[in-house]
Amino acid sequence: MRLRDVAHGRAGDKGRRVNLSVIAFDPADYPRLAREVTADRVRAHLADLIAGPVIRYELPQLAALNFVLERPAGGGVTETLALDPHGKSLSAALLDLEIS
Amino acid sequence: MTASIRIGCGAGYSGDRIEPAVELAEQGRLDYLVFECLAERTIALAQLRKAHDPAAGYDPLLAERMRAVLPACAAGGVTIVTNMGAANPVAAAAVVRGVARELGLAGLPVAAITGDDVLDVVTGGGFTIDETGAPVESLGDALVSANAYIGAAPIVEALGQGARVVVTGRAADPSLFVGPLRHAFGWTADDWPLLGRATAVGHLLECAGQVTGGYFADPGRTDVAGLARLGFPIAEVAADGRAVVTKVPGSGGAVTIATCSEQLLYEIGDPAAYVTPDVVADFSGVELALDGADRVRVRGATGHPAPATLKVALGHRDGFIGDGQISYGGSGAIARARLAATIVTERLRIVGVRPDALRCDLIGLDSLHGAARSGVHPEPYEVRLRVAARTRTRAEADRIGREVEALYTNGPYGGGGATAATREVLAIASTWVPRDRVSCRVSLEVA
Repeated sequence: MRLRDVAHGRAGDKGRRVNLSVIAFDPADYPRLAREVTADRVRAHLADLIAGPVIRYELPQLAALNFVLERPAGGGVTETLALDPHGKSLSAALLDLEIS
Repeated sequence: MTASIRIGCGAGYSGDRIEPAVELAEQGRLDYLVFECLAERTIALAQLRKAHDPAAGYDPLLAERMRAVLPACAAGGVTIVTNMGAANPVAAAAVVRGVARELGLAGLPVAAITGDDVLDVVTGGGFTIDETGAPVESLGDALVSANAYIGAAPIVEALGQGARVVVTGRAADPSLFVGPLRHAFGWTADDWPLLGRATAVGHLLECAGQVTGGYFADPGRTDVAGLARLGFPIAEVAADGRAVVTKVPGSGGAVTIATCSEQLLYEIGDPAAYVTPDVVADFSGVELALDGADRVRVRGATGHPAPATLKVALGHRDGFIGDGQISYGGSGAIARARLAATIVTERLRIVGVRPDALRCDLIGLDSLHGAARSGVHPEPYEVRLRVAARTRTRAEADRIGREVEALYTNGPYGGGGATAATREVLAIASTWVPRDRVSCRVSLEVA
């Protein structure tokens, strides 16, 4: 299955930094998210779109994970040439991640 | 002491819809209505307008918004707090007073808060640019604005003086909510747990429709009804900082645990350390619970002492971006668009444009998430080529669009709808200044 089948999320931005929340529709799926959606897997899945490490924060009482990542140099909101300067559509790319 | 306060958010960005704010003013039974209208770059653009015309530099929709909401706010005793002053809160407050008089509301007390403009402080002050480590002085003449993110204190002061409309410049988004809550409940500036809770309320509300079902719908998966008449949010806040997020009954959208969870984590790094001018808020223990239809209870936020420095947004000119687009449809569309991209790239080399960066996207295929993902989907019927380049001069940036347009008669067959655009880049960097270098002032005048 894909992450979007069990979770929703939103991207936010501050300069080059982007955060991607991943929130289980059903809190019972949180352990699965915590197990499957590791910082390493997120980094690998978005490797061509980001630079540097991925940090994961856990919010079990919200059944949510928060990933903080950096876009490549020149990828800040005000100087990027990207069509989506904020990276708002990145959360949809993350939700396409295959999980078991 | 006041038992509870109803505070609404009537705008989540400068161009936001106005009718939901009117709906809140008329039917929200509000004590306070907040308009959050400044993004990172908005104030730098406003400073450029002010440099051109000393009477300008405030939000372009200010008068229209005030005309729409002031009658209901005055009738219902709703106090307005907004950062629509942008680069010129004094001029903005004068506009609000003018609108009030037009509407027969002479006597309305309107406060302007100034002091966030710290251009003089950061130039020659030995400050360092956060992103690059270079001295602020290295920006030279390119630096056009420096605005400190100021906190709730001057808003509390203005409300204490009896202001019914408070107009700020670069107040931090959640501080627009922290101010009224501190004023209403008498919370002190160093009650960190309460300020953390107030900041959570502000953060949940500050993007308006983003917590009431906007930016959430995915048909067949997360459907939201009534997005064309989306209701904007209201928080009912108790004196201990616990809150319920809701909206006007019958308005479009939805307030659910899911919409509140997404907004709580929006633009958040470490949930335990959300740094604002008022407090380092800690959302890591926040709990959300359903409290009836379109009502979500929020509890568990706390806070730690505010940082000794204030973040400053530095707006600086950083070259130009030229952008040219053209569409191709039917069989072979992608191959023709790729050929067109190759031609334009080669043309720019031939005519001597040397961009700092250049990218070619096929909109509909790979423009958002790159080529790696587009391969797994079927080829689209049509694509739009976009060539964008960052250049040092406007003339070079203009050339991008011209070369795309020239594809009509010089490129592959079947191209249509060419467009060309050039814009100057106003980039934002940041630095931090000690609090005591930023002094705010409240000026209250009646309409």
